[in-house]
Amino acid sequence: MAKHLRLPEGGLIDRGRPLRFRFDGREYQGFAGDTLASALLANDQHLVARSFKYRRPRGIVAAGAEEPNALVQLGKGARSDPNMRATQVELVDGLTAESQNRWPSLSFDVGAVNSPLLRLLPSGFYYKTFMWPASAWMKYEYVIRRIAGLGRAPEGRDPDHYDKTFAHCDVLVVGGGPAGLAAALAASETGARVVLAEQDFALGGALLALAGEEIDGKPALDWVAEARSTLESRPEVTLLMRTVAYAYFDHNCIGLVENVTDHLADPPAHLPRHRLWKLRAKQVVLATGAIERPLVFRDNDRPGIMSASACQAYVNRFAVKPGATAVVFTNNDSAYRAALDLAAAGVKIASVVDLREHPDGPATERAEAAGLRVLSGHAVIGTRGGTRVEQVRVARMSAAGNAVTGPAEMIDCDLVAVSGGWSPTVHLFSQSRGKVVFDDDLGCFVPGASMQPERSAGACNGAFGLASCLRQGFEAGAAAAKAAGASTAVAPPTPRASDEGFLPARWTWLVPSDQPVGRGGKHFVDQQNDVTAADLKLALREGYRSIEHLKRYTTTGMGTDQGKTSNVNAIGIVAESLGKPIPEVGVTTFRPAYTSVAFGVFGGRDVDDLLDPVRKTPMHAWHERNGAKFEDVGQWRRAWYYPRPGESMHDAVNREVKAVRDSLGVLDATTLGKIDIQGPDASEFLNRVYTNAWSKLGVGKCRYGLMLGEDGMVRDDGVTSRLGVNHFLMTTTTGNAAAVLGHLEEYLQTEWPELAVRCTSVTEQFATASVAGPNARRIMEELSDDIAFDSESFPHMSLKEGHVAGIRARVYRISFTGELSFEINVPASYGMALWQAVMTAGEKYSITPYGTETMHVLRAEKGFIIVGQETDGSATPLDLGMDWIVSKKKDFIGKRSLSRPDMAKPDRKQLVGLLTEAPNEVLPEGAQLVERVLSKPPMPMIGHVTSSYMSPNLGRSIALAMVKGGRARMGQTVQAPLGGGKTVACKIVGPVFIDPEGERLK
Amino acid sequence: MLLIPCPFCGPRAETEFSYGNEAHIARPKEPESISDEEWAEYVFMRSNTQGVFLERWVHSHGCRRWFNVARNTVTYEILAVYPMGDAPPRIDSEPVV
Repeated sequence: MAKHLRLPEGGLIDRGRPLRFRFDGREYQGFAGDTLASALLANDQHLVARSFKYRRPRGIVAAGAEEPNALVQLGKGARSDPNMRATQVELVDGLTAESQNRWPSLSFDVGAVNSPLLRLLPSGFYYKTFMWPASAWMKYEYVIRRIAGLGRAPEGRDPDHYDKTFAHCDVLVVGGGPAGLAAALAASETGARVVLAEQDFALGGALLALAGEEIDGKPALDWVAEARSTLESRPEVTLLMRTVAYAYFDHNCIGLVENVTDHLADPPAHLPRHRLWKLRAKQVVLATGAIERPLVFRDNDRPGIMSASACQAYVNRFAVKPGATAVVFTNNDSAYRAALDLAAAGVKIASVVDLREHPDGPATERAEAAGLRVLSGHAVIGTRGGTRVEQVRVARMSAAGNAVTGPAEMIDCDLVAVSGGWSPTVHLFSQSRGKVVFDDDLGCFVPGASMQPERSAGACNGAFGLASCLRQGFEAGAAAAKAAGASTAVAPPTPRASDEGFLPARWTWLVPSDQPVGRGGKHFVDQQNDVTAADLKLALREGYRSIEHLKRYTTTGMGTDQGKTSNVNAIGIVAESLGKPIPEVGVTTFRPAYTSVAFGVFGGRDVDDLLDPVRKTPMHAWHERNGAKFEDVGQWRRAWYYPRPGESMHDAVNREVKAVRDSLGVLDATTLGKIDIQGPDASEFLNRVYTNAWSKLGVGKCRYGLMLGEDGMVRDDGVTSRLGVNHFLMTTTTGNAAAVLGHLEEYLQTEWPELAVRCTSVTEQFATASVAGPNARRIMEELSDDIAFDSESFPHMSLKEGHVAGIRARVYRISFTGELSFEINVPASYGMALWQAVMTAGEKYSITPYGTETMHVLRAEKGFIIVGQETDGSATPLDLGMDWIVSKKKDFIGKRSLSRPDMAKPDRKQLVGLLTEAPNEVLPEGAQLVERVLSKPPMPMIGHVTSSYMSPNLGRSIALAMVKGGRARMGQTVQAPLGGGKTVACKIVGPVFIDPEGERLK
Repeated sequence: MLLIPCPFCGPRAETEFSYGNEAHIARPKEPESISDEEWAEYVFMRSNTQGVFLERWVHSHGCRRWFNVARNTVTYEILAVYPMGDAPPRIDSEPVV
């Protein structure tokens, strides 16, 4: 039966609101105001995890974001989050948590007793162990994933929704402790628009964990409450609770994640679970506080060994007694207050072990006055215990601090409160590209010069006393408001509070023991990654010097906690080992996210149908009703083919292809990009962007054009028509319309601003039905009264305006199928009416709607390229056999590149046709081609298949390919080695398979 | 994410813009009369400046206008924006690392 260690009174919990929760299947009780960690400790549950590599039992060591051990899996099934810090999880009724890294259970772990893998996990184990043979990795991975690693991914798709907000403010204050509150008060007093973000569910920061602090002669938390109500009364202040500033980007863009509903037992369905704030602040005040460092002593990782400040938080804020008998181990004054607070809560203080030789000052005096035993110049040199610390070994240290000189004394305890000094939380400052500098007196890295409009205040700036925090906060808030444009900004007078006189600490980065480091126990530096001082020393012996390399090689500081408690100790140990000052060793880079962020929040509402817009043509509903299968082309959803009941795709496409060549088909061609080009210089502009000449194109005529980049490679193609002397309509590939418009606009604005030309996208203004086949002219004549369709009045590559099915239309006689075709363009809102009229009129010709697949087959039969399918950004017009369209006379974009020597090389890949020897064999697109199949690779590859179809009109398969020196290989046989030893022989032929003379177009 | 002062729309987030690389690289007036090396220099070669860099941006999800920007590639500070075709303004900037 678990003991209940809740103090009878005090704390910031609501004893009137008990909450039930489950941990590892067992039911517990806590109170509103608890974190999961405090509620577990109240139930005497220190053991919460097994360590990453060594499977050692681990307990809660912190009370905030820096917690390396107490990572739990929250929730079940799809609604489950791994690696949540129990110290930051707000307790909610019905919460379910499980420990991680343990099998079969937390208290009995097979791996810890006897794991052959432990020998495989020294420093750099990733690099050393798993390099050879590479084929064994699959086996290693299986075993490692089972015994190491952190939590599990959720089992289904995330059932919650998330939201994003873009916001601006004058001053963002990060952190709601004394400095942050002071900054927000001072900044908002000027009327500036202020956002205050606090990751906790309570304001006050370090004040929440301290007892007896006073501001202006009142309890400090009363001042916090007044500050809160003042801020809430100011309309320009936004107070974001449970909101972590996880990243500091460029130009003062801060990423914040607001936890909206995780603390609600029954969240309303309309609320997002988390909200991402992309906040642009004119000025930022960082008031992010400081993190207490552990000391690196032998076996410093047993459950019950905690930071001294965490002990204070559990006693004072959560009214939990974290142990019965404590040893306090420190190198500085701050832990003495923890010792007194623990004693006041009824915890027996067995001893205060102080690394300093002469810690004589107010802190020690108060401790001694309270009857505490202080062992100065002593160190904890080892611990004993199983799933909870039971004893510590204490001995006197040498003056140099690197050896034990006296006999060891055993002290019984179930709690060790440790303080190794304080590290300002400089993460966001560092992410803002500011460089941190090491302060020798404070023994920590503090912010250096600002690189963005921000300033640090309070403990994160190395000001550890309450009065200094308040003063810096008020000053920073006022200065930030002023810099953001406030006319009057004067820092309010600092309220009365005291700075404690901290004596200098003694920096013993590695606490010696009576055996060499690495023997008889482990000195943990990074508990989350199980990195020890011995690992660091091994890496140094192996020649690693750069702190960035040491970090990666040993993995110190690389877990989900990103080394919040371990980095400075690691740097200190490395500096000491190398005999260098800490600034020369430097510091590793702080990267986002400060604490881990759920993926869902980055998706926000951009999921499912909202991930990417789906563009549908006005005829889409008809295609759906008539059973079309669809394919995505860029953002467009296009009809792919229209299977009849019982038809396979192959059957349907064969039928559609034959129908077009035998009678009549109709394609929804609405998606083709359309750009309206107008202006007196329009034809000159086309001369410059297309490879061929446009000045002499008559009004009412159409011409095919090829567009290159300056590198001479084909970018796009399409038909452009002259609607008037100064008016053209350009069509582009469906997926390329926006890029082509951008290309045109770029040249007009940047290179040729003297050309009077305007380009407008009209893709969505027109709906297009393209009728094709021997009966195309007949149906058009039936549909229109005012257009003549005979070949003489309406020749190939021309356009007419008139009415089709009573709708005002532009009709283009152009063809992508090789059949007689008319493209009917009507205002988009008439698209469906046109389509239905065409289908009705076409009944007597058995009109067949066809999709993109049939369009591809038909054009491949004619050897027409598709940009992006035959081309991949490395094909010139010559490579495609299209030099007939390249003007020799005028300049155009990319022309100069075509005369570079490489373009004329005979072994460039060229467009050819391929016929397989077996007529029914359809090559896979992308298949590689070789001259001869060798017994093993490498085989010189000479090309690849770009398009491949079964052609029902030819009764055999056809393919297009890009082959090195292809036009010189006509008639040769090449091989396509496919998977599984299969090889297909094929003959190189010209790329036009049907009607090379164009008879059918007449 | 940069905050880019579009000369036509005012300050907007970087996500509204597209990058156009180095500014003031004029397309040769007579490409046929220059050497292969000179043409390749124009098409492919761009400087990789550490410090003040003159570059082009287009407000592709806004006014769709191109303009020039003087930006410090070390600090990301935007020192000036100016229209296409204008000569670069004088930038008084401290030398950077």
